[in-house]
Amino acid sequence: MATLKVPTHVPAPSEDAEQLRKAFEGWGTNEQMIIDILAHRNAAQRNLIRKTYGQTYGEDFLTSLDKELSSDFERAVLLFTLDPAERDAYLANEATKRFPSSNWVIMEIACTRSSHELFNVRKAYHARYKKSLEEDVAHHATGDYRKLLVPLVSAFRYEGDEVNMTLAKSEAKILHDKISHKHYSDEEVIRIVTTRSKAQLNATLNHYNTAFGNAINKDLKADPKDEFLKLLRATIKCLTVPEKYFEKVLRQAINRLGTDEWALTRVVTTRAEVDMVRIKEEYQKRNSVTLEKAVAGDTSGDYERMLLALIGCGDV
Amino acid sequence: MAHPAEVEVLNKALSGIGVDEKSIISILGKSHHEHQRSIRKGCSKFFFEDERQFERWDDTAIKNLKLEFKRFKDAVVYSLMHPWERDARLLKKALKKGPQQYYVIVEIACTRSSDQLLGARKAYHSLYDRSIEEDLAAHVKASERKLLVALVSAYRYEGPKVKEDTAKSEAKALLNAIKNADKRKPIEDEEVITILTTRSKPHLREVYEQYKKISGNTITQDLEAEMFLRETIECLCTPHTYFTKVRSPNFLF
Repeated sequence: MATLKVPTHVPAPSEDAEQLRKAFEGWGTNEQMIIDILAHRNAAQRNLIRKTYGQTYGEDFLTSLDKELSSDFERAVLLFTLDPAERDAYLANEATKRFPSSNWVIMEIACTRSSHELFNVRKAYHARYKKSLEEDVAHHATGDYRKLLVPLVSAFRYEGDEVNMTLAKSEAKILHDKISHKHYSDEEVIRIVTTRSKAQLNATLNHYNTAFGNAINKDLKADPKDEFLKLLRATIKCLTVPEKYFEKVLRQAINRLGTDEWALTRVVTTRAEVDMVRIKEEYQKRNSVTLEKAVAGDTSGDYERMLLALIGCGDV
Repeated sequence: MAHPAEVEVLNKALSGIGVDEKSIISILGKSHHEHQRSIRKGCSKFFFEDERQFERWDDTAIKNLKLEFKRFKDAVVYSLMHPWERDARLLKKALKKGPQQYYVIVEIACTRSSDQLLGARKAYHSLYDRSIEEDLAAHVKASERKLLVALVSAYRYEGPKVKEDTAKSEAKALLNAIKNADKRKPIEDEEVITILTTRSKPHLREVYEQYKKISGNTITQDLEAEMFLRETIECLCTPHTYFTKVRSPNFLF
């Protein structure tokens, strides 16, 4: 469920655009105004505002943003203003340039979006970068990472709930065999993880647990230093329990020395309209403190205010 | 007794293209014992008297009739079918029939536009409650699997932009892979598959041209032994040459 709070009476996009324009004028910027508007509009509304702003002032709102703001706050506003598909395309493109440290982002986008959403990302990627997402991922990733990530971004998984229990049993066995022999990037492992529907995969992994005594991610922890294994475990988590995955990303972003604003911004802006409620629940369960408190304790200023607004703090 | 004209009509209605159901129904509808008997005697194309003086259907004629009715049914079904559904059914059929028919998968994946291919994938979900890539990956064995799965999963960029430098280096990579075919089959080479399954078609045509320059041959000539790769490249780069070849005509029906 989304944490985004939208007022019951939303001003016309032209009004919002005008206010945003005003926020940029004069000395400095009225960041609170920006937060008050943008952090309280849904994707369709933000799109309209952006369009209207562009038509009225002859400049893309995001260009104005870039001119006026800097750093973490700007990035948060930029990411949140973008249409979700565009946003993911932007994040994916950014990630391909930061390989290998940002394999995660590609995997996260590929696995936690619906099939339909992922396809929109691929479309948006064409429009914005004049090439396909898969060719960029293939170009920047190597070896086992490429073997896993290219099929992940190319998948168009079946989205129904149907589950074939016989198949789940046989594929659980295949996974177990491969993992016991440490063939983590075996074709069969990749095949199962990158093509099966999420429902089917869930059934397979449940059966794995029942039949072999351990959850698959426990067995995949055999070598704690192996980066590929880390990615594979995260992939499985994203496909089956994404809110737990995101909780972990947030926890690590906040708890590390300083803050990983890059990750924090990404998770908050991409999940505020999706499942942030569940992520907050997970966070509280795991850390015995609310996400709001943790964010407030770790960030400051306009950046903090933007994040808090997105995760549902305060009034509309 | 059947009027000779009726027999004539029946003969016509049952032979040749399609089936004239109206005439058949109006004639046979009033059939009684003697009427039927005279039809059997009159339609010598379909009936004959065997050595026991028994008037019987010719088995070949029955087979042909079955085909005629089926063709009509198929024509009706397929003409109304959405092209995406048609492609999805073709993919399923090709997969079921096995390696001999995998060329159909290559053909569909490579000759449809990016959005048409996506449409076929959507239709496949609706028809079969699975994704095409999961079925392909689970049923296609060994060497062709990587190529086929990647081909149907592609969502190629469709703009004209082409990077000559990249095309040159990729042509080189392909040439190398072909030269080292004895050490590793090109169809299992990651580079080869990545190039062929992620690059845009205009880009691949440029790669095709660059390849000619460095090899002297066209890449399809050098890939004589690799049927799937050759077909992939033909469909992507020179679809006109691919479609002029004669294919098994009655695959669909």
